[in-house]
Amino acid sequence: MRDVYTESIFAGVSVPLTLLGLLEREPSHGYDLKRDYDAFFGRGKQLPFGQVYATLGRLARDGKVVAGEAEPGDGPDRKRYAITDTGRTEVDGWLADPVEPEPHLQTLLFAKVTLALMLGKPADEYLDRQRAAHLSRMQELTQLKRTGPLVDVLLADHALFHLEADLRWIDLASARLTELAEAVRKS
Amino acid sequence: MSLIEARNVHKSFGQTPALRGASIAVGQGEILAIMGPSGSGKSTLLHCLAGIFAPDAGEVWFDGGRLDTLDEAARTKLRRTAFGFVFQFGQLVPELTAADNVALPLLLNRVRRRAAYKTAQTWLDKLGLGDKGGRRTGELSGGEAQRVAVARALALAPKLIFADEPTGSLDSLTGEKVMDLLVALAREQGATVVIVTHDARVAAYADRMVMVRDGLVSFDLGTAQAQATAPRHAVADSASAAKAAN
Repeated sequence: MRDVYTESIFAGVSVPLTLLGLLEREPSHGYDLKRDYDAFFGRGKQLPFGQVYATLGRLARDGKVVAGEAEPGDGPDRKRYAITDTGRTEVDGWLADPVEPEPHLQTLLFAKVTLALMLGKPADEYLDRQRAAHLSRMQELTQLKRTGPLVDVLLADHALFHLEADLRWIDLASARLTELAEAVRKS
Repeated sequence: MSLIEARNVHKSFGQTPALRGASIAVGQGEILAIMGPSGSGKSTLLHCLAGIFAPDAGEVWFDGGRLDTLDEAARTKLRRTAFGFVFQFGQLVPELTAADNVALPLLLNRVRRRAAYKTAQTWLDKLGLGDKGGRRTGELSGGEAQRVAVARALALAPKLIFADEPTGSLDSLTGEKVMDLLVALAREQGATVVIVTHDARVAAYADRMVMVRDGLVSFDLGTAQAQATAPRHAVADSASAAKAAN
């Protein structure tokens, strides 16, 4: 049951952007990236090694990371990967852009908030921008309810209650940012 | 031009600061929602804007004049003539009828009895309570009582309506009906509305939303919304400009 739940709520997390974010902390081996991804974002569903290296290969091809020389040691790949300026710009943009306000997006917000705290970036500002995007969408839906047919009203109600749940999570996450920052930096 | 404005308002209760320099301006005809967690100072801000509390420091301006420097009698007069109020529990007089409650502020403003009750009936009709005028408000449902409170707030044709958690004691559907009526009728009258709420679905009725945190207006949806859709370099530029200005 737990696996089904975590699999479903983490389905929206972007593996390439999350790995890029982890690389912005410090250059890392694929093994370290997999370990940190599983610890923070996997929640019972581990990232296969094959996916890690395939993703790093694509990121290197696109100029977002560079691979160092192979280092001696066990395992299939002992290269240390480092983020490039292009990769860093992509991470910054991804963190700062509000997610499209749709229901069930806590997973993506969770990933953004956690990475922002890891990287010492202004998670509170990102949450405010997300709050604004949500409230703006709620204004649109409320307006639609006041002018639309009853079927649209019911659909809008459904969306409004889910957006409200997201907002409550955003409020709680905002209130816990200091504790969260300590928790992710200790790990 | 703003109809009402708080400028750097401070207010403490004993040693506990509730507002620490809050500033907000509300335009004529605008519907503003003030949001924030419990204890953030949002209700205190509303009470300072309405002249119920006198700020310890800072200024409150209404319709081009200082409100905070008026004496208690002048502020009371202003509240009776220019402001309407809708609170969470209505604050109606339960022993009086719905019509009495709506007519009461008119009678206090020396409107003739017949005219006051005629106006009260008009507003009760608008709020779908035309047949409840003779009922004591203590006998009405929560939603009906809150609609009487809206009728009472609007009956004086106020320039400004303050609503503090206006649907806080109501279920979702009843709360929605109250908000629909409050917003539609206020717009019809051209009244400005300041709503304090912790409920995002209530705030979504407003034209603009602000957040109060730790006694400060820390977040304006209008500004943040513009930032959310602006190119990132523009946001960075405006942040740099704001820092430079400070």
